[in-house]
Amino acid sequence: MTQSIVVQVGQCGNQVGCRFWDLALREHAHVNKNGLYDEALGSFFRNVDSSESGGGACGIGGRIQRLKARAVLVDMEEGVVNEILQGPLREVFDSTQLLTDVSGSGNNWAVGHMTYGSAYREQIVDKLRKAAEHCDCLQCFFLIHSMGGGTGSGLGTRVLGLLEEEFPEVCRIVSSIYPSAEDDVVTSPYNSVLAMRELTEHADCVLPVENQSLVDIVNKIRQMSHGGKPGSAIKRDSAVISGQGGLSGAEKPFDAMNNIVANLLLNITSSARFDGSLNMDLNEIAMNLVPFPRLHYLVPSLTPLYTLADVSVPTRRLDQMFSDAFSKDHQLIRADPKRCLYLACALMVRGNVQVSDLRRNIERLKPSLPFVSWNQEGWKTGLCSVPPVGHSHSLLALANNTCVKPTFMELRERFTKLYRKKAHLHHYLHVEGMEQSFFSEALGSLSSLIEEYHQLDATKGRLVPDAPRLGIAT
Amino acid sequence: MSIVTVQLGQCGNQVGYELFDVLCSDALEGQRRVYSAAGCERFFYQTTRGELVARAVLIDMEPKVINQSMSRAAKSGMWRYGETAHFSQKQGSGNNWANGYCVHGPRHRDAVEELVRREVERCDRLAGLMAMMSVAGGTGSGVGTYVTQCLRDIYPKSFILNHLTWPYGTGEVIVQNYNSVLTQAHLYQLSDAILVHENDTVHRICGQLLNIKHISFGDVNRVIAHQLGSVLQPALTADSRGLYGRNPLGELVSALACHPEYKLLSVCTIPQVPSVSMAYSTFSWPSMLKHLRQMLISNTKMEEGIDWQVRPPAGSERTRSLAGSGFNRSLANLLVLRGKDVYSAETGGFEDPALYTSWLSPEEAFNSWKSPVPFNKYEKCATLVSNSQALLRPLDNMVGKAWNMFASRAYIHQYIKFGISEEDFLDSFTCIEQVISSYSQLH
Repeated sequence: MTQSIVVQVGQCGNQVGCRFWDLALREHAHVNKNGLYDEALGSFFRNVDSSESGGGACGIGGRIQRLKARAVLVDMEEGVVNEILQGPLREVFDSTQLLTDVSGSGNNWAVGHMTYGSAYREQIVDKLRKAAEHCDCLQCFFLIHSMGGGTGSGLGTRVLGLLEEEFPEVCRIVSSIYPSAEDDVVTSPYNSVLAMRELTEHADCVLPVENQSLVDIVNKIRQMSHGGKPGSAIKRDSAVISGQGGLSGAEKPFDAMNNIVANLLLNITSSARFDGSLNMDLNEIAMNLVPFPRLHYLVPSLTPLYTLADVSVPTRRLDQMFSDAFSKDHQLIRADPKRCLYLACALMVRGNVQVSDLRRNIERLKPSLPFVSWNQEGWKTGLCSVPPVGHSHSLLALANNTCVKPTFMELRERFTKLYRKKAHLHHYLHVEGMEQSFFSEALGSLSSLIEEYHQLDATKGRLVPDAPRLGIAT
Repeated sequence: MSIVTVQLGQCGNQVGYELFDVLCSDALEGQRRVYSAAGCERFFYQTTRGELVARAVLIDMEPKVINQSMSRAAKSGMWRYGETAHFSQKQGSGNNWANGYCVHGPRHRDAVEELVRREVERCDRLAGLMAMMSVAGGTGSGVGTYVTQCLRDIYPKSFILNHLTWPYGTGEVIVQNYNSVLTQAHLYQLSDAILVHENDTVHRICGQLLNIKHISFGDVNRVIAHQLGSVLQPALTADSRGLYGRNPLGELVSALACHPEYKLLSVCTIPQVPSVSMAYSTFSWPSMLKHLRQMLISNTKMEEGIDWQVRPPAGSERTRSLAGSGFNRSLANLLVLRGKDVYSAETGGFEDPALYTSWLSPEEAFNSWKSPVPFNKYEKCATLVSNSQALLRPLDNMVGKAWNMFASRAYIHQYIKFGISEEDFLDSFTCIEQVISSYSQLH
């Protein structure tokens, strides 16, 4: 089995990351009843000797002693990381995995990318290498960061570049939290567009998540549970926003939203970690969902968001789960994929679901989902038999869909509004190594990406004739 | 004579497990000493402690499925896999044929060859090799093709049968059509015969004939195992002179795959009934054979929804097109009959020249094997292995979709990354189009 390393950068990245580790421990505690360190646990955790000195690594099959996360935590402020180290997860990280500074990046991509990027390059590569050495078969780096700030956005994308340079064979999957339109960081459009160019060029897959969508989902769930309708009580630990049963006690403000992203990462790796009748490994995700190298933005959607406490009709609930995965309320960015064009779609199912249920639902939903002409049956499916905590089954859908185009166009508009007036530009240009060309090139990269999606959109609904086949002389 | 099976990838290892399970439980059933001994010798060997061990090598690029198959076999108490007869890595092939064929295959060539050599040397006499794999993924398809190539190099005189599982038409893997075209284009030069099961067809059998409500891959694989087992278990052949045939793969290949352009074989079994209904069902050879013949002619893969209107054309109207009158022309057929009163079964209907191409006489085109021993709890069972136009339409669909995708060059960068070129794709397309053309032209 393979291992993955999580690299969490910046305040948002580390907060989401923290939730991820908490929920990962919860999930494995749920599944792993005999306390032995198995391959599944090994994909995210090392098992280390309890003795004080050094902590030698323990192999697969031994008793669980101390679990250490396969992670690297980077932040240019100390606040968040310190909180983690004082909280219940402190045992899971050791100091060699952390990199902090004091003053932060001031919401400035250039400071994160150039200044800190250069200053800490050696240290970052060193920590990544150490983490990689503990893996006997490293398959994937998960980078978690936000796009709107300075550290996550600037230093995060610098780290992405380093990952490509130093570990070119290892897949890079990036979870990027995009700012909402009403973001209170004025320069977030600059930071986001500058970061986008890096993502387009250096990431294998990007899972874009919008803060506003997370807020909407949280509200929906809270409304449901406070609705007071009879029969609408939600099972305690089942809501995708719930951290119940994990290590942390009371929930902090962004925890609910961050739990959603944490669940996304758990579900993506579930088939690689656990058994199933149709396994789907991480390298299969990029292979099947990325038809052209730059178009690697995959819109995630998670269902169910919660399970009702009283058990309702199983099959209808299952079918409802599939329908929901395509509704715009369940997407993690503000988009309606049904109205746009699908290039490819992956369905990762967990729990007691059989291939016939999967087939039936694909047949049922196919007619209402527009797929690009050369990929009419563009479905990639995976069945993992272990359900997530609190549910009997769940579905993660990853769609390579042109519905990201409006999101990117909006981002470009916000960027241009500022850039036209050269607002705040001097803060960036002051930074050593930063030039105006970065801005124009980043804008150009975004525009050409939008154009590529646009070209594909234009084929929607058009009857594209089959390509003429090779003729064989008889 | 014994067959060594190589199970490749998730599908190959899952189906292979079900196959050995059926073969073992059928061989050990009841008091049929000679049959049992022949069946066991063919697929298993006995350890000093009397355990039956499958003559199989399990190969996958990630460990989960192999572990599962091996532990399930061991739990059965009747048979198991060889403890060291497997090879796996940590990381799969990512559904990428080029990754399987260009990277994993060559990298692990020596280890795999060694494992196969050990099984082959354990056989008193080798009847041949059977490779089981799917065409949709990366390991079964890519590594499977590479391994078949190695086996062909090392055992040039042995019969090699490839058992392929074709995926559901509506996608399990998005690039399945690419992987499928690349695999079959290469296998066509390497394999003696290619026996195909389609997930769509088997799924329908599970739903409509076996009345399974929630069909799982296990159910699908058990049907495939039943059909394959009914072909491969011992039987009396024309050449075997009253004893169980000792050269099953050789006889299969010479009966059916007599021309290098025509190697695709499909399988059809009758009856297929839910086990709960078996006690209440009566089977008669005339009825079964009549249905089977019509299934062949109308290209229906199961005994429901048979179109009885389809007839072989009269001598003067031999048509030659893909979308013809619905009539499925055969090149060759092999009928395997097992069970009670098998010698009274009248197979004349299959010797009708109208069923076949004009360049083989019915005596050459039709063969039948018989065994008086009931197979897998069915009192009577008839299996037809055909080299005919039956697979033409699904194959054509597969190539059409792959070609459309190729025209946009979608996903090509993923394959080129691992070492194949657009030229290689074109070569494979050309090869399969040639196969399609040959089968369409059968008259």
